[in-house]
Amino acid sequence: MTNLDDPKRPQPESLTDLFVSFTLLALQGFGGVLAIVQRELVEKKRWMTQGEFIEEWGVAQIMPGPNVVNLSLMIGHRYFGLRGALAALAGMLTVPLVVVLLLALVYAQFADHPGVAGALRGMGAVAAGLIAATGLKLLGALRNNPLGLPLCITLAVLCFVGIALLRLPLVYVLLGLGTLAGTLTYKRLER
Amino acid sequence: MSITLQWSDWLAMFGHFLILSLLSIGGAITTAPDMHRYLVDRQHWLTDPQFNASVAIAQAAPGPNVLFVALMGWHVGLNAGGPLTGLLGVLITMLGILLPSTTLTYLAASWGHRNRNLRWVRAFKQGMAPLVVALLIATGWILATANSHTGPGSNVLQNWPAWLLTAISAVIVWRTKLHLLWLLGAGAMLGWFGFI
Repeated sequence: MTNLDDPKRPQPESLTDLFVSFTLLALQGFGGVLAIVQRELVEKKRWMTQGEFIEEWGVAQIMPGPNVVNLSLMIGHRYFGLRGALAALAGMLTVPLVVVLLLALVYAQFADHPGVAGALRGMGAVAAGLIAATGLKLLGALRNNPLGLPLCITLAVLCFVGIALLRLPLVYVLLGLGTLAGTLTYKRLER
Repeated sequence: MSITLQWSDWLAMFGHFLILSLLSIGGAITTAPDMHRYLVDRQHWLTDPQFNASVAIAQAAPGPNVLFVALMGWHVGLNAGGPLTGLLGVLITMLGILLPSTTLTYLAASWGHRNRNLRWVRAFKQGMAPLVVALLIATGWILATANSHTGPGSNVLQNWPAWLLTAISAVIVWRTKLHLLWLLGAGAMLGWFGFI
């Protein structure tokens, strides 16, 4: 379980640390920031464990709004409350916004170059792999889940089929499978 | 393209994005089809190429993908005047898409954090874990599919190099600590020279 009171546990030193960390995360995140957040915050800085990352990401995912923005807000809030949430949010958005506007200006000049379109496509293919790999890495954390590995895998496969293959609306999949998974976990936690 | 926007139009756009924010479960990109319907088809504030470029640039750029919304506001503003109205467009669309969802998430997160030892809060968070893992893998799958549709052929089999690149990247990231920028750079090079 989450244990924020452990003094030996690494955590952000200040609001500036949060802002700078999230700015650097965001600037490394080509084609999406999630893979970087997991690698930097969990594997390198160790601000959170794989299990905590999954839990926070689950909440960020079901709330409306951009997932990584929600995630940064929640991580900032864990350490410094509202000010932490705002610092993390500002870090995630400010500098990348400037960069993306500059890129739009550059792109307007070179939009017709076939190499540019090809490079965008190549980076898109890699970015898809990065996100899938983040999911594969988190598979290990399911071993400690109260549902047990077989049930976890069954739920995960059902979810993948519903979203990726059948293209069902996310709301229905999360409401349906989420209610089922939550109820099953609730019962297991009792024992 | 040149358009004229009244204050009431800016306000209407702000209101539309406020509503989309509350509907954007699964990320802002899930509301992109409705943004297209509103900005391009109904209001004619944005052209089709501008819409597509907004999404593509934000995908390729570092940072959260939600910045495609800022680029839409930027392009609408450019159409309505110049760089200054462009920045106004950025401000209006970004505030609109973020204000409701971040407020809601903040309230939910602080409530959940205070009550993190309640049994059903723990049950909910841990029960979601297998679904979260599956959603990430599914997102990779959907991006790979969408990406391969923009390639030289519409057939998935014709785009096997893109799928192969996706699969190899996934395995490398999963199993090694190689920096992600090397992979993205390699992908950009392969694409630039027409292999993908």
